[in-house]
Amino acid sequence: MKNSVLNLLTIIVLLAAFGCSSDKTEAAATGDSSAKPKSMVAEEPDPMTNKGVGPVTSVELGASVDQALADKGKAIYEAKCTACHKPTEKFIGPAPKGILDRRSPEWVMNMILAPEKMVKEDPIAKKLLMEFNGSPMANQNLTQDEARQVLEYFRTL
Amino acid sequence: MKKQSNQLSNLLLAAMAALVFVLSSCGKANQGTTTGALSGNAASKVYVAPGQYDEFYAFMSGGFSGQIAAYGLPSGRLLKVIPVFSVDPEKGYGFNEETKPLLNTSHGFIPWDDAHHPALSQTNGETDGRWIFINGNNTPRLARIDLSTFETAEILEIPNSGGNHSSPYLTQNTEYVVAGTRFSVPIPQKDVAISSYAENFKGALSFVKVEPTTGHMNIEFQVLMPGLNFDLASSGKGPSHGWTFFTSYNSEMKNSLLEVNASQNDKDFVAAVNWKKAEEYLKAGKAKDFPANYMHNVYNDETHSATSTAMKSVKVLIPSECPGLVYLLPTPKSPHGVDVDPTGEYIVCSGKLSADITAHSFPKMLKAIEDKAFDGDISGVPIIKFESVLGGTVKEPGLGPLHTEFDGKGNAYTSFFISSEIVKWKVGTWEVIDRQPTYYSIGHLMVPGGNSMKPEGKYVVALNKITKDRYLPTGPELTQSAQLYAIDGDKMELLLDFPTIGEPHYAQGISAEKIKPKSKQFFKLSENKHPYVTPTEKDAKVVREGNNVHVYMTMIRSHFMPDNIEGFKVGDKVYFHVTNLEQDFDVPHGFAVMGATNAELLIMPGQTETLVWEPKKEGVFPLYCTDFCSALHQEMQGYARVSPAGSATALRWWLGDEKPVQ
Repeated sequence: MKNSVLNLLTIIVLLAAFGCSSDKTEAAATGDSSAKPKSMVAEEPDPMTNKGVGPVTSVELGASVDQALADKGKAIYEAKCTACHKPTEKFIGPAPKGILDRRSPEWVMNMILAPEKMVKEDPIAKKLLMEFNGSPMANQNLTQDEARQVLEYFRTL
Repeated sequence: MKKQSNQLSNLLLAAMAALVFVLSSCGKANQGTTTGALSGNAASKVYVAPGQYDEFYAFMSGGFSGQIAAYGLPSGRLLKVIPVFSVDPEKGYGFNEETKPLLNTSHGFIPWDDAHHPALSQTNGETDGRWIFINGNNTPRLARIDLSTFETAEILEIPNSGGNHSSPYLTQNTEYVVAGTRFSVPIPQKDVAISSYAENFKGALSFVKVEPTTGHMNIEFQVLMPGLNFDLASSGKGPSHGWTFFTSYNSEMKNSLLEVNASQNDKDFVAAVNWKKAEEYLKAGKAKDFPANYMHNVYNDETHSATSTAMKSVKVLIPSECPGLVYLLPTPKSPHGVDVDPTGEYIVCSGKLSADITAHSFPKMLKAIEDKAFDGDISGVPIIKFESVLGGTVKEPGLGPLHTEFDGKGNAYTSFFISSEIVKWKVGTWEVIDRQPTYYSIGHLMVPGGNSMKPEGKYVVALNKITKDRYLPTGPELTQSAQLYAIDGDKMELLLDFPTIGEPHYAQGISAEKIKPKSKQFFKLSENKHPYVTPTEKDAKVVREGNNVHVYMTMIRSHFMPDNIEGFKVGDKVYFHVTNLEQDFDVPHGFAVMGATNAELLIMPGQTETLVWEPKKEGVFPLYCTDFCSALHQEMQGYARVSPAGSATALRWWLGDEKPVQ
């Protein structure tokens, strides 16, 4: 996805640079070959600022853990997530312990709420899917509120 | 290879286009051949592009397969086979412990029946997309399918019946589904000489009340009629709401060589039952309690299980004791189909040995009753004078009329078995407007909503009895042949042939929009009340109770918990209670274990199902997921160790590196 966006951008830029060149094929071809190496060396986004793709664009975390919220999250986590995620050790999927030291809160919620989209479009999630043998994260159809509660529970781990 | 098949399909397309061109340019010269009057744009009218949806659902009876098949129209694409009266190992239906009770009858567990006439539930005379009912003809039963899950929700056995054929044909608000017996039988059943037919045999017409919110069925009353063979039925609508009309044959009341002996009389009867009057008689305590023996089986979406209840009696109304309850309308000759038109005024009867279609008039019937224009009676049931009830006749429209559907624009479409055609005619003027051949020998036909007050008159489907040369041959047994015709123009137009399962009897059609938004995507785990649910992996366990071993197992992409179990013994009865922990659309998992003598389980997200396994030999036996679920589906597997009877192998289970539990 990112690749093709980059390619497109390059083509547009090149097209603009060439003005109204009559030989569009050549311009496109040139664009294509010069874009490839660039995208291959493109750096991964900063995992602490990358929010991922999905319904969540902004999350406010309180200064301290909201225990009532976390308790609700724990119950949901135990009912719907433990078949693949142990709280503190790697199982089918990664452990959520310390997740907020590695990812943004928005990314975590988007991963819970829109895993299919994330593994297709988010570079970090894409990489994780391969790291975990192509075993897809199940969409357990949590509501946004429930995902927020699970996120709060993760803060207690 | 792919390229090759692409080229092939291109070639095919070109060939088809050429064919269509040739056909359309042949014009009239081509009519009457087996390709029929295909016009140039027929293909585009049934083409539903990849990823697009059909405009209608069509529910075809599966006939002797015992099932219902859901198709999309106009494409003719098969969407789902819904198991109803017959077991289906693909879905574990009738093999898993949860659905077995649905197939219980007073004769025991029956894995098969002959399904004939689907009927969509209606509100105010319009299909509402909540349920579809269908009759089981052989061991008399009625089934209700929930159209939010497309699963059988209830099966009710009909007592005092000898074959449930004139059924379900429900009323305009689904107050009742009806069940008229095809065979008259001794009621209650007893050991008598068959030759005592005239004296001992009776025909029961059952009225099954449908609870408006749950859909649960209950036999409200039966009308005990003389020994006729009831064939089909149609409930009144609008002005005739409150009445149900049943065709019958064998007014001769013979019990052998009916082909000849039941074809003697010029006229047989349509029985008109005033069910609102019946309700008054019930209230007045006129019904008799007859002993009966029948099963009522109900499936529950929260326990994901069915239960069977044995019923022991039924309320019976005797017409001779209930004046005004039933009248007989003389109808030429061996009438088969009866169909009330959308206005509720005409009762269209197809005498299969008659040259004409007879339409009785409901207002004339009421007038005749008021005037007592009767022509004798049978066992106290008055026979109304034919001339006093006749509303109109379609003169010599074809040979062997069977069934009629309506388009909501004042037109009727009647199927003709012998002359193998659909004839379009005008209700009220009785003139024939159009006719189209069918391939071959049409039985029922179906317009979506075509038996309701609000038909969606865009297509008619012919459900043909004979297939012959319509498809590539497949040995002596052929698939069944349905045909789709456009009826939105003045002339009917043949668009498509498509195969169906079993012998298609009746079908029902409905706008997809009435069902699609309500279609369930998965069951909520939090609402799972199955007695053996395993809500999380933490709750997984194996419990021995004597020789019965209960495995509380979970499944999620892509492992079972537990996936290794030891301590089974030869002679055990193992119950695998498997819960699918997924909470997303289209992630079923399957479960199969080597040597199981039943079938697989196919478990929807949030559901629990149970497979019984009785290992006969010692050894270590594989179990695995049968429904491709993820990239690691092939890894979704495990082992069950079976030790000799009486051995000391401990019961232990685990998943991965976890310490075995015991």
